[in-house]
Amino acid sequence: MADTLLDIRGLKTWFKVEDGMVRAVDGVDLHIDRGETVGVVGESGCGKTVTARSVLKLIDMPPGRFEAGQILWQGRDLIPLDQGEMNKIRAREIAIIFQEPMTSLNPVYTVGDQIAEVIALHQKLSPKQAMAGAAEMLRLVNIPNPQKRVHDYPHQFSGGMRQRVMIAMALSCQPKLLIADEPTTALDVTIQAQILELMHEMKDKFGMAIMLITHAMGVVAETCQRVTVMYAGKVVEEAPVEALFADPRHPYTQGLIRSIPRIDRAVSRQARLESIQGTVPSLLNPPAGCRFAARCKYAMDICTQGIPPLKEVAPGHRVACVL
Amino acid sequence: MNAPLAPAEDLLKVRDLRKRFAVRGGIFSRTVDQVHAVDGVSFEIGKGETLGLVGESGCGKSTTGRCILRLIEPSSGEVWFQGNNVTRMGGDELQKLRRDMQIIFQDPYASLNPRLKVGAIIGEALTIHKLAPTQKAMEDRVVQLLETVGLQPDHMHRFPHEFSGGQRQRIGIARALAVEPKLIVCDEPVSALDVSIQAQVINLLEDLQEEFGLTYLFIAHDLSVVEHISTRVAVMYLGRVVEIAPSRELYDNPLHPYTEALLSAVPIPDPTVKRKRIMLQGDVPNPIRPPSGCHFHTRCPIARPDCAQRVPELRESKPGHWVSCHYSG
Repeated sequence: MADTLLDIRGLKTWFKVEDGMVRAVDGVDLHIDRGETVGVVGESGCGKTVTARSVLKLIDMPPGRFEAGQILWQGRDLIPLDQGEMNKIRAREIAIIFQEPMTSLNPVYTVGDQIAEVIALHQKLSPKQAMAGAAEMLRLVNIPNPQKRVHDYPHQFSGGMRQRVMIAMALSCQPKLLIADEPTTALDVTIQAQILELMHEMKDKFGMAIMLITHAMGVVAETCQRVTVMYAGKVVEEAPVEALFADPRHPYTQGLIRSIPRIDRAVSRQARLESIQGTVPSLLNPPAGCRFAARCKYAMDICTQGIPPLKEVAPGHRVACVL
Repeated sequence: MNAPLAPAEDLLKVRDLRKRFAVRGGIFSRTVDQVHAVDGVSFEIGKGETLGLVGESGCGKSTTGRCILRLIEPSSGEVWFQGNNVTRMGGDELQKLRRDMQIIFQDPYASLNPRLKVGAIIGEALTIHKLAPTQKAMEDRVVQLLETVGLQPDHMHRFPHEFSGGQRQRIGIARALAVEPKLIVCDEPVSALDVSIQAQVINLLEDLQEEFGLTYLFIAHDLSVVEHISTRVAVMYLGRVVEIAPSRELYDNPLHPYTEALLSAVPIPDPTVKRKRIMLQGDVPNPIRPPSGCHFHTRCPIARPDCAQRVPELRESKPGHWVSCHYSG
């Protein structure tokens, strides 16, 4: 596997709280190859964001801690690295964009200053050159009047435009991997379409890999090559995107796909939506055995006894279910 | 369940509804500008029907919903409910009306009083409308309502923070049902929920509609959810209805270029489906100074020079399918 960029092995990121240990990420394996778009999907609290932040070590420690596992970036484990060494990796090698473009930009600096700061920090350029670089990045992400807009503050941009600014900032050092944490969740559909299109363009231009974290199956289907489905801190299924939608093996993935109404099919109205009963279990004291067992319609005795490992059912298609 | 194209009996009629919010500024807080949140909206909802109201943030869909209930006072226009003019009603009449019209809010975390137990939250409406003569009658009714929405009777003794998002939305629904309303305005009832929970709540709303013969005004930005639950759908853009049609018809043959773009922007959860996407340029314009003529002409792929001058009327292009565009349909 010469072209594996990121290889997460058995990662456990836990949080110590008053009542015990929250096992937010509990043994996650995930790998991303060069130039590949991998989707990480799951519902709120399944650990997808914590996984992403663990990669850049953006987790507050304490209360968080790496309990086990490795995060191999081009073969080198990131977990033992100190802040100084991590800063060399951040932005230059791996960059991240967040869900809330308003709260992740600093409101008291112009967007130009903020992008130029990233450029200057990593590329040893004069302030003037860095500012020119910032304007160039804004132009790349299709913000009209970039020369003028670099001097504007975040509140002068709309939600979609702010997300463009975030993307410009993230790409300013041409990272090999872009982690996009719910980049379009706060946006309207027409703006979402623009941003997804932009990410696509940027990918073609810079050839970076993308780790797309989302809860929207539609977004995954349209943008990703491979998908990892998470549930309650664990990976339950991993497959190429066509295989996942054509032949979902894990009952949770099946439920997730079937519970979304689809506008491209005429059946709707008459048919009831398939729903998954119950709610996500607490990660404070997760159930023994398969974490989905309590909501699973196929659950058997064996499901509550041991945690099913990921098994390969077809090339590149792995699932954690006894069935 | 085949929805009638032209409902026999209109439960609710909205005529040329407008709402302007004042923008205040300067040292004397004078009105310096106005936001045209709702700019001449008309539609009707038949008994037992679900009318979906879709559009992007800031298009005025929630304001429309609230004006109907007079939670926000409309600036002009009329709302008729069962032949009575809601916009003219005084205090007592309005209170009686609110027994017939209820609302479910988007955020199940913010819309339940955190200091009241669930029993009190649901029971409050019963007390206000004097529907429970005794404490016992009230408790019985609360238990019955909790069971109707799929919760346990003993949940009445708990506080809202003890529930998950989906369960809280069920509490909100139970509260709306308490007074046996005829119309429920559902304002983004599932947008804050995870997909698997979203499906549970949508199914519940559909079951309740069947059981109690409810009429819904279903406000949402998620087009696939709206298509699923609605009999007819109205699309709003910058305070105006641009198209209104039976649900399937709207999705199969969108006439307004905005509807078309909106539909094509929805990601389809199937990687084998490849569609041509109509990409809209730019953002929704500022509702303080909306574009002249047709509000959509600044982003419209088929706009012609006169679109900036003439305001298009909503006209019936084919039976039941209304569109407001000079050049489409």
